[in-house]
Amino acid sequence: MQSDIADRYRLLGAPHNMTFPSSTTAETDADAVDTVAAAAGSSVAIVGRSPGQLMWRRFRRDRTGVIAAVVVLAFILIALLAPVISWAYGKNPDDYYGLNQPGLLNEYGYPILPNGGISGDFWFGLEPLVGRDVLTQLIYGIRTSITIALIVTVLSTVIGVTLGITSGYVGGKVDYAIGRVIDTLLSFPSQLFLIVLVPVVDAALVLPTQEPPTWLRFVSICIVLTVLGWATTARLLRAQVLSLREREFIESARVTGASPARIIFKELMPNLWTPIIIQATLALPLYVGAEAGLGFLGVGMPEAIPDWGRMFLVGSNVYHSDVTYLMFPGVSMLIFVIAFNLLGDSIRDAFDPKTKR
Amino acid sequence: MTSFLVRRVVGALVILIFISLITFYLFYAVPRDPARAFCGKICPPETLELVRHNLGMDKPLFVQYWLWLSAIFVGRDFTQFGPCPAPCLGYSFATQEPVFNAIVDRFPVTLSLTLGASVVILSFGILTGMLAAWKVGQPLDKIASSSSVIGASLQIYFVGPLVVFLLVDTLGLLPRPSYVPFTEDPLTWFVHLLIPWVVLSIIFTANYTRMTRSQMLEQLAEDYVRTARAKGMSGRSVFFRFAWRGAMIPIITIFGVDLATLLGGAIITEQTFTLHGIGELAVRAVQNTDLPMLLGVTVVGAAAIVILNIVVDVLYAFIDPRVRLN
Repeated sequence: MQSDIADRYRLLGAPHNMTFPSSTTAETDADAVDTVAAAAGSSVAIVGRSPGQLMWRRFRRDRTGVIAAVVVLAFILIALLAPVISWAYGKNPDDYYGLNQPGLLNEYGYPILPNGGISGDFWFGLEPLVGRDVLTQLIYGIRTSITIALIVTVLSTVIGVTLGITSGYVGGKVDYAIGRVIDTLLSFPSQLFLIVLVPVVDAALVLPTQEPPTWLRFVSICIVLTVLGWATTARLLRAQVLSLREREFIESARVTGASPARIIFKELMPNLWTPIIIQATLALPLYVGAEAGLGFLGVGMPEAIPDWGRMFLVGSNVYHSDVTYLMFPGVSMLIFVIAFNLLGDSIRDAFDPKTKR
Repeated sequence: MTSFLVRRVVGALVILIFISLITFYLFYAVPRDPARAFCGKICPPETLELVRHNLGMDKPLFVQYWLWLSAIFVGRDFTQFGPCPAPCLGYSFATQEPVFNAIVDRFPVTLSLTLGASVVILSFGILTGMLAAWKVGQPLDKIASSSSVIGASLQIYFVGPLVVFLLVDTLGLLPRPSYVPFTEDPLTWFVHLLIPWVVLSIIFTANYTRMTRSQMLEQLAEDYVRTARAKGMSGRSVFFRFAWRGAMIPIITIFGVDLATLLGGAIITEQTFTLHGIGELAVRAVQNTDLPMLLGVTVVGAAAIVILNIVVDVLYAFIDPRVRLN
């Protein structure tokens, strides 16, 4: 609280901050003005700000968070622009350059040039044995990772939030049933289940005699990660709702005859956004790692789709002779996951300055 | 204490039966045709019928589950493979060996790996965490905090090969990771598993440093610490004799929860260093669509975690008597 007040005083000098609240945020702004007026107890001109604005303001002051956000955005941009980049660079992730052009790979299938065949033509070198271009593999691989991680984060958050709120709000038998499912899911050896379930879901979608389509693994991985992922969010939300349900403002809403829908969406939800967003930012890098882990264990994306996990698999087979190849997916993923974790920490701090880490 | 134990064991049994039921259903009912998975891509219809009959897949699903479950206690006779004495988890589709024997053969590898890693995680994590709390705000504390972020972001399948490349291939300091039975030669066992232990614990240790640090700081703010100080106890004694006991209780709880993740990490570690443990068994079973093996490994894995969680709970109840009342 104290830092917030100091923040407001400091920013009072900046004219572009002296905007008036828009009509959509007027209600919460009025609150903010009240608190500030009471706390500051001075006659300085006071600017009302919504909780969202306050959060954004706190976030911008956190230098680590801003740098992390820039790095994460850069990764997303590279993923989006992968076709443009590979067009400008003149290579694609699918061609076996090393096999088609003589003089790139030696008789054992390793790049002839040192450091994994890094050269003016192949900036990040060549994949051993088949001779695909590493740079384009890498930037198309970001797409696979981020797409899967995003889809799974959204799905598991939606399912977790829905079931968590239902369980906490309705209570009774529903709560007991959902609670037992959550307990069971969380006591599963989930990583073991992850690898084991992917082929099972494959087999559920397609007959063993059919040729598996390329989208199959994508769908299976998303389903499995979601099924094993929602329980943590649900348990968190259930606990939050259980404690909020007994508070006076919910009680008064109920007494004044508010419908359950209104209580959930208008009274509970505004208090739940913070834990939901924090949980989602914590989960996303885990899903990036899990997806790559599946690829590493050989149950990831098929050969036709560039994937970081498979790059790790290839890299761990060839590192005795060509350690450079492993460095590219390894370092890229390390940077991405660190940046995302730091971003998550900063978002948590910005939303909830009281929590100490 | 007895009623606490009984309650926990009954609860664990219920969860285990639940897990095995779900797993069984997933593996035998969700795939369109498990017998075909056994029989392979080119499978004449009469062979398929035979396989289906021999594996009991022509019976209703619940009967199949009952046969599978009772086989664990009384054994079962498969026409195709011959008798399977209790505890029987069926025969592998791929290697035709009894699933239970395969798991027992591989068990020491995974046990050595996870036990050793646990020792590294707990000793190193708690030690660095306590040092960070002891020197709070000083460089040591800052290094511990920032390395915990990096440690938690590292991947076993990246660090593992890198460490082997550096320490084994380039510098030749340690032998290539492999498994030598402890009973055969404890020293070789230790030296060959050193790299896997360290790599598996890297991702966890940082987290324990962070938790121990914050728990210690919390304990140091408690009343009993202030009382001890006021009565003239030295800062060092309060820190190393009093406060750390209180800090350990939540750490043990979280370690119980982390055991499942540790087992998952063991799968990836085994694959990274080609150690032939249960995780590697599971991965190979996945590649061969070996349903009985998958079912066996999953249920045994779940059982191990549930049992270990009971052990942790009992330990917890010993340390903190308040637990038993709930």
